[in-house]
Amino acid sequence: MELGPIWRSLTRNKAGSVLIALQIAVTLAIMVNAIAIMQERAEQMGRPSGTDEANIFTLSSTAFVPDTNIQSLIEEDLKLIRSQPGVVEAIATNSFPLRQGGSARGFQLEPGAGKETLTGAVYYTDEHAIEAFGTHLVDGANFAPNQVVWGGQNGDEWPANIIITESFAKTLFPDTAESAIGKTVFVDDTRPVQIIGIIDRLQAPWRNWGEIENTVIVPLRQEGQQQWYLVRTEPGAQDRIMPEVEELLAQSNKNRIIQSVRTMQEVRDRSYLSDNAMIKMLGFIVTLLILITGLGIVGLASFNVSRRTRQIGIRRALGATRAQVINYFRIENLLISGLGIAVGAVLAIALNLFLVNAFSLTPMSWYVIPLAMLAMWVVGQIAVIGPARRASRISPAIATRSG
Amino acid sequence: MFRYYLKLGLLSIRSNAALSALMVAAIGIGIGACMTIVTIYHVMSGNPIPEKSSSLYVVQIDNWSPDEPYDEPNEPPPQSTYLDATNLYSKGDEFRQVVSYKSSRVVQPPDAAELPFEVSSRATTFAFFPMFSVPFQYGSGWDTAADTNQERVVVLTQALNERLFGGENSVGEQLSLNGETYRIVGVLNEWLPTPKFYDLNNNYYEEPEEIYLPFSVAVAGEHDSVGNINCWKPFEGGYDAFLASECVWVQTWVELPTRDDKARYEQFLASYVEEQKTFGRFPRPLNNRLSDVLEWMDINHVVDDDVSVLLGLAFLFLIVCLLNTAGLLLAKVMRRTKDISLRRALGASKRTLFGQYIIEAGIIGVAGGVLGIAMTWLGLRGIEHIFTGMDFVQRLVVMDWSMVMLAVVLALVSAIAAALYPTWRAANVTPASQLRIQ
Repeated sequence: MELGPIWRSLTRNKAGSVLIALQIAVTLAIMVNAIAIMQERAEQMGRPSGTDEANIFTLSSTAFVPDTNIQSLIEEDLKLIRSQPGVVEAIATNSFPLRQGGSARGFQLEPGAGKETLTGAVYYTDEHAIEAFGTHLVDGANFAPNQVVWGGQNGDEWPANIIITESFAKTLFPDTAESAIGKTVFVDDTRPVQIIGIIDRLQAPWRNWGEIENTVIVPLRQEGQQQWYLVRTEPGAQDRIMPEVEELLAQSNKNRIIQSVRTMQEVRDRSYLSDNAMIKMLGFIVTLLILITGLGIVGLASFNVSRRTRQIGIRRALGATRAQVINYFRIENLLISGLGIAVGAVLAIALNLFLVNAFSLTPMSWYVIPLAMLAMWVVGQIAVIGPARRASRISPAIATRSG
Repeated sequence: MFRYYLKLGLLSIRSNAALSALMVAAIGIGIGACMTIVTIYHVMSGNPIPEKSSSLYVVQIDNWSPDEPYDEPNEPPPQSTYLDATNLYSKGDEFRQVVSYKSSRVVQPPDAAELPFEVSSRATTFAFFPMFSVPFQYGSGWDTAADTNQERVVVLTQALNERLFGGENSVGEQLSLNGETYRIVGVLNEWLPTPKFYDLNNNYYEEPEEIYLPFSVAVAGEHDSVGNINCWKPFEGGYDAFLASECVWVQTWVELPTRDDKARYEQFLASYVEEQKTFGRFPRPLNNRLSDVLEWMDINHVVDDDVSVLLGLAFLFLIVCLLNTAGLLLAKVMRRTKDISLRRALGASKRTLFGQYIIEAGIIGVAGGVLGIAMTWLGLRGIEHIFTGMDFVQRLVVMDWSMVMLAVVLALVSAIAAALYPTWRAANVTPASQLRIQ
């Protein structure tokens, strides 16, 4: 089919074609960037927390009577929880992955004020932590029970040993190939602590933190009135054990409140609620957008068909087949869409650069643009089919009528 | 004449019902998407205390490490140390200042059959209530003597008073918090500063704390802060060492009604920091800041980046809808060139035709606006649904009259903008051009 006549006829109604091409261009720009953001969020949500999420639940205990013996309260609670059939392990901790609140400390390779510090999220808990979180020791050893100490909430006590994630080990010792086991780092400028174990993965509590993989397990139990308990159960036992444990703890000591009893899945959903919402809203916008642009193409093509009824009749009378008429409109759409898609790709890149600069978004993956261009082209071709079919059904006899 | 054009417009819309419906739908959806996000943006960025926002200032002084700023490039910490908060409070008593922090307490209800429950609490000084225009239903706040003498007095919100005392006047009653007895001195009226400007530590849109008690009482009782605590220098020891440390965790505010007051307070801050430097504190160069409420909201990005991104995309979406409408209107006009040239030949002026088609577009715009309001309502309900479980979102998805008006105006302006080019083309159809071929 000859492009020449199609192009020439297009230029006769320039404005209409330019409007639809522009519409396609802006649609593409929005679509590409919405998809890039959705992809970014989906990737963040897909990061593993490093815990056995499906079988963990957490709850908080707040003691409220002055002079409560916190140490014995925690020890009794843990003994009670760990004795329940179906419970794999339980710990008291200051925080856990996905909770969005917790503590971080600065660690440095050389002692003294003013030295470079690297921040790691800290979980103050005990030697049961690795088993309770469901993470894995890849090097070194776990804490021995006698290495666990008690401390206040203001960080004035520190044990002699820590276990860190592989990622934090790489951050602390980027250049050395040898193991970080046995190395000493300093916390609070001068306090030495020795790395005795390395676990494969355990996320920090904050989902948006840049160093989310840099985590430290500290064998120290904090004597605060508020405690988080994290309980890991055998697969399938969670639904039964969770209400039982809540009831047991509530009954065992009336001078505290048990609240925020949540499965890890619930904690995750709460944590990523806004990212999840962003994905849904952008998805909705993209769907509506494609619908509106598709309808716009249908409208313009219908208009072109009805305006050219007579010419189409003449072509049919002169021997053009139905398929040729359909092809005419498909190629016409291809030209308009092509223009829109080309402009749109440039707009999309410009918008992405702006968003990356202004809102520190991750730059999009290169393949989003060609994929979106292809999708836009398919939308155009689908939208034009209806009007083109209608055009192909125009009777050649129309040619004999005037006006 | 206007009524005649209106009639023509309606006739024309009716004769092209499908095309017109498509245009109304496009504008309605575009307006709906836009206004949904604009409404949320409007609530999020609203002024929580319009009558005073320019005379209330958050106080920042830079006690941070000599080696690095609290935040790049050279931002002072957003909160104060206990030491500085209390020093400024006592030394600057000629100014109206407030120091406060968020904590939590466990309420043991007067009815012993009911279970104890946890409430959020704010430890603050007496001027909190008058300074932040906090309304009272019963009683009032406490006085400065209660702060000094560490009196166990407490103010409840209306909701908590409803829960504990069935909404009766509970002033003078006693309340047990963590096993200690407090005297109720006041009950707040409904108070929902949006955002919660006086403490931007936690969620900016959460509700204010449920109880208020003297700062001195909270510190003496070692009530833990539930906001951020940031330290640059290690300290050894228990709570007393924490209070004496360089950790920042207290929110300090001052009310400075005039320029002169502000200048005097700046002077006061500078001399305070200079004095502390002689004790070996404040190793960084002088870096004091006073930011008013709106500046403070801006510095803290209270409007989520996601909302700004969505707002931009929603406006682009509206542009797509407008291009769509413009294309359809143009198609409609082009299809009627014969009518138009006939009317022109019969004596209608360009202005007449222009007016006629603009009014037709206006009708479509208003219809699109009305549909847009419905779409906005649906959009807001959708967002509420997506955020089920986050109560504060309910306060962000409320459409007020200004938003309804804005929706209609935006729709009208958009429709007319979209109609300008097609209408101009219509008005420029030459009178006889289309008649020849007949």
